[in-house]
Amino acid sequence: MKRRLLLFLPLIAFLGLAAFFYYRLGMDPSYRDSALIKRDFPAFSASTLKDPERTVDESLLKGEVTLVNVWGEWCPACKQEMPQLLDLADRGIRMVGVNYRDTREKGRQFLHEYGDPFELNIFDPDGDLGFDLGVYGAPETFLVDADGVIRYHHTGYIAPDDVRDVIVPEVEKWR
Amino acid sequence: MALIRWLLAALLITTAMTTAMTLSSTALAGGIEVRDFDNPVQKERYRDLTSSMRCPLCENQAIGDSDAPISGDMRDRVYTLLQDGKSDTEIVSYMVQRFGEYILYNPRLENRTYLLWGIPIVLLLAGALLVVFLVRARRNASAASLSASERARLDELINRKRSQ
Repeated sequence: MKRRLLLFLPLIAFLGLAAFFYYRLGMDPSYRDSALIKRDFPAFSASTLKDPERTVDESLLKGEVTLVNVWGEWCPACKQEMPQLLDLADRGIRMVGVNYRDTREKGRQFLHEYGDPFELNIFDPDGDLGFDLGVYGAPETFLVDADGVIRYHHTGYIAPDDVRDVIVPEVEKWR
Repeated sequence: MALIRWLLAALLITTAMTTAMTLSSTALAGGIEVRDFDNPVQKERYRDLTSSMRCPLCENQAIGDSDAPISGDMRDRVYTLLQDGKSDTEIVSYMVQRFGEYILYNPRLENRTYLLWGIPIVLLLAGALLVVFLVRARRNASAASLSASERARLDELINRKRSQ
């Protein structure tokens, strides 16, 4: 009798696998953590969008929790995201932009048109800083703590619900 | 006569157009930049590297096979690093540092992936053990499972066959 129960093993294994695969089916296959979590914000040296003469580097991000948003004028989701970023800035969160693969002209025009939540924008026309950040599609947002360590990464558009449910709690966590 | 000339002209134009379209589409296809390599080995390494890394944006395309802007950037970087004399392992870690393990079609052997690499070996061994076990059980069973009367009957049958 006991041996006959063993015959159910393949069925049980099958059901287990089926349940596992079904569970995975419901998940977003493109979701994954950034490789940069818990690592220092990459070293860089670039001019700002506004002022070609002014050079900034990674020390810019030390001293205060900062949201670094990677955007470009060519990116439609970045336009939809702007109201949320302005909201975050209104809540007193320090915002720094990375103007990614853009021209100064278009970048400035964008801020003029959609509002400017950023303390300043790092100008990254060749996407070098973006590459070191592992950015593969704008918009992307990184939370950098006061020591300049990346703590959270948001891929893609920050929806209005995300502000309250995700971003603000993360910022509070690292303050 | 005029008809034939027309037909010929039409044929020529179509051929020329198809050729032009084929040529231009090859030029536009992903992953085909004109690159100069110092030697054939480097060229081969470039091909291997760009086909072993997955495009972070487009899930199931290698960076050497994808039109996504990020894949182009990554190919450029692989090329530059090759020119700088970096080894394959260095180039792969450089990319993994930025884009994560996700980009490797062949995950590296480390704590997190022991299970992944180990399961096939464990299953193979378990299968082999099972086969050995079953074969042995069957061999013993065939001899042992006959009762005394069955054995007598069997002997009788075998003897009858022999005496015929």
